[in-house]
Amino acid sequence: MENTEIELHNIKKAFADGSKKVQVLNGISAKVGKGTLLTIVGPSGSGKSTILSLCNLLQTPDDGEIYVNKLEVRKWDVQELRRYVGIAFQSAPMTKGTVLENLSLPLKLRGKALENPETYLEYVGLSAELLSREAKELSGGQRQRLSLARTLVNNPSVLLLDEVTSALDTKASQGIEELIQRINKERSVTILWVTHDLSQAERVGDETWLIKDGQLVEGAPTKQFFSEPKDERTKDFLNLLRSSL
Amino acid sequence: MNLTAIIFSFVFVILALFLSNAFRLGLGKDIIITCIRATIQLFIVGYILKFVFGFDHPFVIILMLLIMILVAAKNAAQRGKEIPYAFWKIFLTIAVVEIITQGFLLGLKIVPAEPQYIISISGMIIGNSMIIANLFLNRLKAEIEMRREEIELVLSLGGSVKQSIFPILKQSIRASLIPTIEGQKTIGLVQLPGMMTGQIIAGADPIQAVKFQLLIVFLIMSAATLTAIILGFLIYPSLFNKEQQLEVF
Repeated sequence: MENTEIELHNIKKAFADGSKKVQVLNGISAKVGKGTLLTIVGPSGSGKSTILSLCNLLQTPDDGEIYVNKLEVRKWDVQELRRYVGIAFQSAPMTKGTVLENLSLPLKLRGKALENPETYLEYVGLSAELLSREAKELSGGQRQRLSLARTLVNNPSVLLLDEVTSALDTKASQGIEELIQRINKERSVTILWVTHDLSQAERVGDETWLIKDGQLVEGAPTKQFFSEPKDERTKDFLNLLRSSL
Repeated sequence: MNLTAIIFSFVFVILALFLSNAFRLGLGKDIIITCIRATIQLFIVGYILKFVFGFDHPFVIILMLLIMILVAAKNAAQRGKEIPYAFWKIFLTIAVVEIITQGFLLGLKIVPAEPQYIISISGMIIGNSMIIANLFLNRLKAEIEMRREEIELVLSLGGSVKQSIFPILKQSIRASLIPTIEGQKTIGLVQLPGMMTGQIIAGADPIQAVKFQLLIVFLIMSAATLTAIILGFLIYPSLFNKEQQLEVF
């Protein structure tokens, strides 16, 4: 791949569960091209979210290397890496304070002031009137939009999305989907989106991966992934989920 | 106070035991162990102090203070056993607080440089610092467990380790100082402090006892603040690994 943004090379990661060691990722190798919107699907506990937190070093792999923009993550300046690779969490956590305080946080951490907060809010579809509101009082959908706007303040080249619509209703979820697609197209941001919603993965993705038992079972262009899956485990996974709908 | 009086004072222990038994509080064993430990520990300390005061040599005084700090640090470190080097960081904190406060007391000649003053006042400073360290670590742990998401949010936005933990550190420092501040607000109104009571019982002039007690109140206030702040800033880097990930708790 010419324009590789992220490269995973034989990634392994285990967690301790009491005295037991649980192998969450077991030798994942793959590449994500610049500007790609990648959707990652798989059963609960398969290691999808762990992949995200390894890409901006919120966790460290036990084995293997992860290259972001051709530089191994442990060779980056950690803070610079985390600004280059932004993340939005499922719970859209907010700090105490107003929408403006939360939106300004990334620049405040660098000792700078945010000069055009309204522009960011408008971009994510929030009214500038919300700036003085307590961030924790916002609805789920509004919080998720604010969380995305806050991440965009750092102007990231990569955006990691961890189940960002799973707690939202259909309407709010669709709004966030459209917003993320816009961020991907207009800002050429590479997106790694973990979702449990197969139809969402099919709708928005350029490429899709299936992660199962800590392994990358299949990675393919999204259309091909859903219409002509090659691996038997992918076919089983898709059939199982479709039959349960 | 003669031996008979001491023996009679055990009536209070028997009363506590009786009440624990009557209301089935299940504290009988703890009460007995606590009383035996207190009796043995205090008598041992009494004899040690008698020896140290009689010896009157700086080396013996320093050794005594070191032992007190070691025991205090070991006790407080139980609260932070998940934190790397917690014991040494607490030891260093209490030692620094002791040096600063005694430095002022002796340097400004507020108290005479005699073993009975140095050791008695140090006991109060070290004991108080130990309690503050306990309270601080307890609160820090609870705050981190409660606000882990907030820490990770700041880190994920490119914040430093210090920026991510600072609000929690501040809250834990504040919370650990509240009992000291609240306790001192009602001093003399609700309770007479132990040292002052002791001096008055021993026949000292109450005004003289009050002057000494004031010194101790101010000293404890500053020792508590110093302990919480120094420990906070020494401890927080140990909570993270070199990749700036929250690793403890």
